[in-house]
Amino acid sequence: MLATEQRELGDDIVSLADRHGRNRSALMPILQEIQRKYRHISDYAMQEVARLLDIHPVEVYSVVTFYAFLKEKELGRFVIRLCQTISCDMDGKDKVARQLRNELGVDFGQTTPDGRFTLEWANCLGMCDQGPAMLVNDQVFTRVSPEKVHDILEGCRRVFSPHTAMMKEGGH
Amino acid sequence: MNAPHKGITLFNDIEVNSGLKAAIGLSRSDIIGVIRDSGLKGRGGAGFPTGTKWNLAAAATKHPKYVVCNADEGEPGTFKDRVLLTDFADYVFEGMTIAGLATGAATGIVYLRGEYRYLLAGLEAMLAERRSSNLLGKAILGKEGFDFDIEIRLGSGAYVCGEETALIESLEGQRGEPRNRPPFPVDTGYMGCPTVVNNVETLALATCILAKGADWFKAIGTEKSSGIKLFSVSGDVERPGVYELPLGISIGELLTVVGGEGAKAVQVGGASGRCVPAEQFARALAFEDVSTGGSIIVFGAGRDMLMVAKNFLEFFVDESCGQCTPCRVGNRKLLEGVEMLERGQCSVAYLRELAALGETMQLAGKCGLGQSSANAFLSIIEHFKDEILGRDVVAAQ
Repeated sequence: MLATEQRELGDDIVSLADRHGRNRSALMPILQEIQRKYRHISDYAMQEVARLLDIHPVEVYSVVTFYAFLKEKELGRFVIRLCQTISCDMDGKDKVARQLRNELGVDFGQTTPDGRFTLEWANCLGMCDQGPAMLVNDQVFTRVSPEKVHDILEGCRRVFSPHTAMMKEGGH
Repeated sequence: MNAPHKGITLFNDIEVNSGLKAAIGLSRSDIIGVIRDSGLKGRGGAGFPTGTKWNLAAAATKHPKYVVCNADEGEPGTFKDRVLLTDFADYVFEGMTIAGLATGAATGIVYLRGEYRYLLAGLEAMLAERRSSNLLGKAILGKEGFDFDIEIRLGSGAYVCGEETALIESLEGQRGEPRNRPPFPVDTGYMGCPTVVNNVETLALATCILAKGADWFKAIGTEKSSGIKLFSVSGDVERPGVYELPLGISIGELLTVVGGEGAKAVQVGGASGRCVPAEQFARALAFEDVSTGGSIIVFGAGRDMLMVAKNFLEFFVDESCGQCTPCRVGNRKLLEGVEMLERGQCSVAYLRELAALGETMQLAGKCGLGQSSANAFLSIIEHFKDEILGRDVVAAQ
């Protein structure tokens, strides 16, 4: 990480701690916001959060590794979470899963090399009457068909052009 | 039976805030009395009497107190709370406010599952509106000393946080690992303070009961299971969705309403519930018979019940918090067993051992998740033995 990026992250964490409070019950909201902005919670971020809340870094690590939506490893710009639970399974989630693999060229648990997409399984998304369901970041899609997978991914690609991706990669 | 079809009718004829206005004219003990007389029981699935819970929290001498709305709706096949929070959130916030008034809590917290983050902006806007209308904040509706506000906190994708003590751990910035009970949250809850944890639907119904009276609610349902229940119906039915039906309705009647006749089994209560075969469809959906938080997953004639058991066990292997051995290791062993059955390689003796293991998990699991995680497996092997034993390998592919 560049020194400037580290400083920005550090400043962000200080302002998050000021906003949510420097106590243990502020830990989840702080981590959730770091996850949203930086798409992962780095070792440095965990240490800074621990320092500001006056707890041991391993306590923060323990929480980060417990929750499915908090990650040590950087996720893609778009995180696709396909529901694998029973009703969506009966509604044909396997076909949608295959199409997602085909379109993205990665398996579940992986991120595309350009950093755009991460593919993950999710447990019941609460859309059992309209399956198969999946989340793309915070947005929910229902009755997803293999063909619709393509349209959804194209929609994401339009928002995040290769140009912005190159700019970001050039910065590292 | 005059059962309403899809869509929720209950809230449509109750004016928003009429429940809260009625509560404000009552003493604390009278509010609790109305809820107790109505016979309302927790709609998350456990079925604990709501009036008793509120009374215990009200009687606690420690301060501050908290009202927590459990919106961590993660049980497979359940989506009624999503519908309530989308279309009827006022009743939920109102119910929390009433609970605050009844118990003496000044702070309400909605624990919203991370998967429902898309609801957050709308809910925050509604809270802001309620604040500006003096329905939240200081001296609510002009009643001196009645201060109450609500904040929303998000989960981060852990099913176990729907268990009330795990939820509290999560609110406190910890791993979502359930605590030993007792002490119960009404005594030692969030930050060690008395805390009422109620399901979304329970709170919305409390609002309705205050608006329309205990007798109105008690007149619906059965003696031990009064009132209406929201059922989340999915699977092999013509009309999946949320249904508002009186408790005590039989599984068969419900299937007629939703277009699920001809089903071979129904999973009642989600992954932690029970699988009920067709020959038992006369049984009632009520706390005294087949108890449920409202998840109804219907399996048509062609469904492979072993694959159903496998899906549920994969779910629990994923979602076990790992704290206690019966749940952490037990679910893995059961899943391995299902995979052996799938390959046609499981002896009857070993299947019996797995059943004994499942029963041990029911007894020895630390929390509700662990204790109920073997239920689906046990009920499926009990009722569909012919289907799952002696499979050939080809059938598994």
